Amino acid sequence: MSARYFGAAVQRLEDPRLLAGNGRYVDDIALPGMLHAAFHRAQVAHGRIRDLDAADARTMPGVAAVYVMADFAAIAEGPMPPMAPHPLLKTPLTYHPLAVEEVHHVGEAIAMVLADTRQQAEDAANAIQVDIEDLPAVAHATAALADGAPHVHSGRDSNLVGTLRGGFGDAGAVFAKADHALSETFAIHRGGCHSMECRGVIAAPDPLAEELTVYTSSQSPYMVRRHLAQYLKRDESSLRVIAPDVGGGFGPKANVYPEEFAVALAAMMIGRPVKWIEDRSEHFVATTQQRDQLWTLDVAFTGHGRMLAVRGRCIHDNGAYAPYGLILPATALASFPGPYALEALDIAIDVVLTNLVPTTPVRGAARPCTAFVLERLADAIARHLDLPREEVRRRSFITADQMPYTTGMKARDGSPISYDSGDYTKALDLALAKIDAAGFAQRKAQAAARGKLLGFGIASCVEDTGLAPFEGATVRVTPAGKVVISTGAASQGQGHRTMLAQIAADALGVDIGNISVEAADTGKFPLGISTVGSRIAVTAGSSVELAAQQVRKKALEAASFMLEAAESDLEIERGVVRVVGVPGMQVSLGDIARALSGSAGLLLPGHLEPDLAATAYFESNALTFAYGSNACEVEIDPATGDARVSRYVVAHDCGCLINPLVVDGQILGGVVHGIGNALYERMVYDEAGQPLSTNYGEYLLPLAPEMPDIEMHHLETPSPRNPIGVKGAGEGGTIPAAACVISAIQDALGPGAPFIAEHPVSPERITQWLDAIS
Amino acid sequence: MSDRRRITINVNGTLRNAEVETRVHLADFLRQSLGLTGTHLGCEHGVCGACTIIVNGSAVRSCLMLAVQADGASVETVESLGTSKALSALQQAFSRHHALQCGFCTPGMLMSLEAFLRNNPHANAAEIREAISGNICRCTGYQGIVNAALAAAAEHRGAA
Ligand code: FES
Ligand code: FES
Repeated sequence: MSARYFGAAVQRLEDPRLLAGNGRYVDDIALPGMLHAAFHRAQVAHGRIRDLDAADARTMPGVAAVYVMADFAAIAEGPMPPMAPHPLLKTPLTYHPLAVEEVHHVGEAIAMVLADTRQQAEDAANAIQVDIEDLPAVAHATAALADGAPHVHSGRDSNLVGTLRGGFGDAGAVFAKADHALSETFAIHRGGCHSMECRGVIAAPDPLAEELTVYTSSQSPYMVRRHLAQYLKRDESSLRVIAPDVGGGFGPKANVYPEEFAVALAAMMIGRPVKWIEDRSEHFVATTQQRDQLWTLDVAFTGHGRMLAVRGRCIHDNGAYAPYGLILPATALASFPGPYALEALDIAIDVVLTNLVPTTPVRGAARPCTAFVLERLADAIARHLDLPREEVRRRSFITADQMPYTTGMKARDGSPISYDSGDYTKALDLALAKIDAAGFAQRKAQAAARGKLLGFGIASCVEDTGLAPFEGATVRVTPAGKVVISTGAASQGQGHRTMLAQIAADALGVDIGNISVEAADTGKFPLGISTVGSRIAVTAGSSVELAAQQVRKKALEAASFMLEAAESDLEIERGVVRVVGVPGMQVSLGDIARALSGSAGLLLPGHLEPDLAATAYFESNALTFAYGSNACEVEIDPATGDARVSRYVVAHDCGCLINPLVVDGQILGGVVHGIGNALYERMVYDEAGQPLSTNYGEYLLPLAPEMPDIEMHHLETPSPRNPIGVKGAGEGGTIPAAACVISAIQDALGPGAPFIAEHPVSPERITQWLDAIS
Repeated sequence: MSDRRRITINVNGTLRNAEVETRVHLADFLRQSLGLTGTHLGCEHGVCGACTIIVNGSAVRSCLMLAVQADGASVETVESLGTSKALSALQQAFSRHHALQCGFCTPGMLMSLEAFLRNNPHANAAEIREAISGNICRCTGYQGIVNAALAAAAEHRGAA
């Protein structure tokens, strides 16, 4: 088998439809008799619902129904099932589909209106009168831990959900013997998701079949099915959940949301399809966000600049609920020790509730936080010892000959984490060479001549990818000779269809144009988990490889019988099985598929099982670890404090590249997301928990003119942990990016500047630091 | 509130006659009344550019314009550029340069660039970045979009 497609920059199969405006996102679907939903949401961060008056709303034009939670009592009740139970969560912290009694953050849905048009539904939702008794709110995680702090939930006597602990070695002993130690405090801010498509749901009941079809803009249609079925006490077979084209996910769309349940309940109540499309102002208050984290850390190191141990504490703001369990803080913890060969680690993470929007993974989850604190500590060591920053890394990295390297930390299932492969120093050196670190002094002088401050930054990271257990796939050849791949793996723009088709095309010897992929539809493939944690290439990619190889084997077996030739004499090329060296002795895959589809009265060739198809579930039983180093230059205008990333180089290793075009795109987008975190994205709340940045004038996203051209270089160390040697690529751009930019800003400000231990960093803040120096 | 008016708009070369509520914005009209769902809505407050279309030759945010304001106008949407089987040069360049991932910002990007490149066929990368400064893309980091626009412009100049 020759790899025509694997490794090639194949143009995406997804593109033509999307470019022509023929995408089918949830809001593009219109069903007969469909009603439109709008929610009445909490205006206060914490309050008790005393009374709700929807009398006026009910009589407004076009209104078909107004629902509060109690109206669903005949179908379902209680809070939603937890997605990721955790022993520290003794009672689940999940939403009700619509709030009962108490609201815990601004934006929590209290009531919903169904009407003929969205405009009518919104008018009526605004007309609902809710009498809420204000309760004291907690708008910051540190405030939540203070003595006498108000309770985020009146029914819970502590705002501390629990403390996650992890580590290895004897930190006390290592600190006692170390030449040096430093302490730093870091503040990492919560941003938002901001997929360009907001969330959206349609639920359509089929009264005859007692089936409910749900279209949802989700990374986890199978989780929506599982949890909704559990909540409704229905069998999963009576629910079909479909994620059609999804306009970006970035993590928050992996959650199962109250609106998904409320829309399903409403559709069942009224017996008509119901659509809800989140608008951008709702996205700011109802879609989960990144995380505020406050870290207090000590680092021990040798006089030579080798990092020995890290210990300390984090206060993690989980917001008002834990819809995704404690996955986010647990990921922060499991991401230690990054690329560093530490002798000891001792970390505690206090998971704290606040009356703010819940926090769950956003691109990188909390890995960018861990990378930020570790990289800033590495820079702090360099500063302390007056060493080049790259030297501290070279002296502290896990080395290639230590692979596989058992870090001492535990994965979600409790198994020891072991890095599979890689050469961290090589990636760092590659980044430094490609950005021409040696020429930086000259570029800095040139910038100075223009009155600008130029800074040089570096940051490295390791990223666990390919989360267990599986995403399966069926590969089927149809009698028309088409290859259809079915998988549960949902896509939000990653080009999975193309990537999976490339793998199958090589295995089966067919043209990629003959392959189609159906995905993320519970009616088309039985099982699926979720598109999270950069896991689809590893899981679904490997499953497609295994299934396609089985199909190949079966095709050769059948052809051997049909052509009366030995299998060893057969080859598959362009969809045709032929006898090597005998022109005309051939049978197409379509013909074989037709023969294996059966005809009345005829036996199948070779007594093979029917159907030229195979299903595989590759079990991803150990994580694969991508890694990389980034280097960048940031130019600061001292007059305004404006910081502009002028150059950015990525050296990245995600194992074998299936499609370099797609991988580069994943990393590019990820870097820009990280630059946004470093410089722009600020979700502001006041003391009462009122969000103050709820539009794109107040919340800034990275825009084209401010972004640099990013240069990409790949190492390709195959992962030994799956049949195609790949590692995930979805988040590796984001993880080190904020740390890299901040490292450059620090460098630009010069040795007199205070140590930067926060992001985002605004022009005002940079000006303050510059003023402090002069 | 349910004030209605009759309007006539030339949409992608076809005259469309319809009665609309005066408060309905042009994007909703195109999407809901005409079924042209290629035009997307990302913010409905005029910042993200996902809803960008061309009205009388200029790129316009269709979430900021009422349908009744387009009475008598000539409107071009993404559906006018090319079909999935016969993409325009700009659309093809988008695919070659991986200028789209989820595709949600893409119609707006295409229409902003379509309007810009018609008048600025010699634009450089910085000018292209400026031209799409009103279009947010969360997926691509913009680089592929800029490269696609440069390639399409060069191709156009070569052909002209
Ligand atoms: S939807 Fe019109 S600019 Fe965002
Ligand atoms: S391609 Fe997804 S927002 Fe641009």
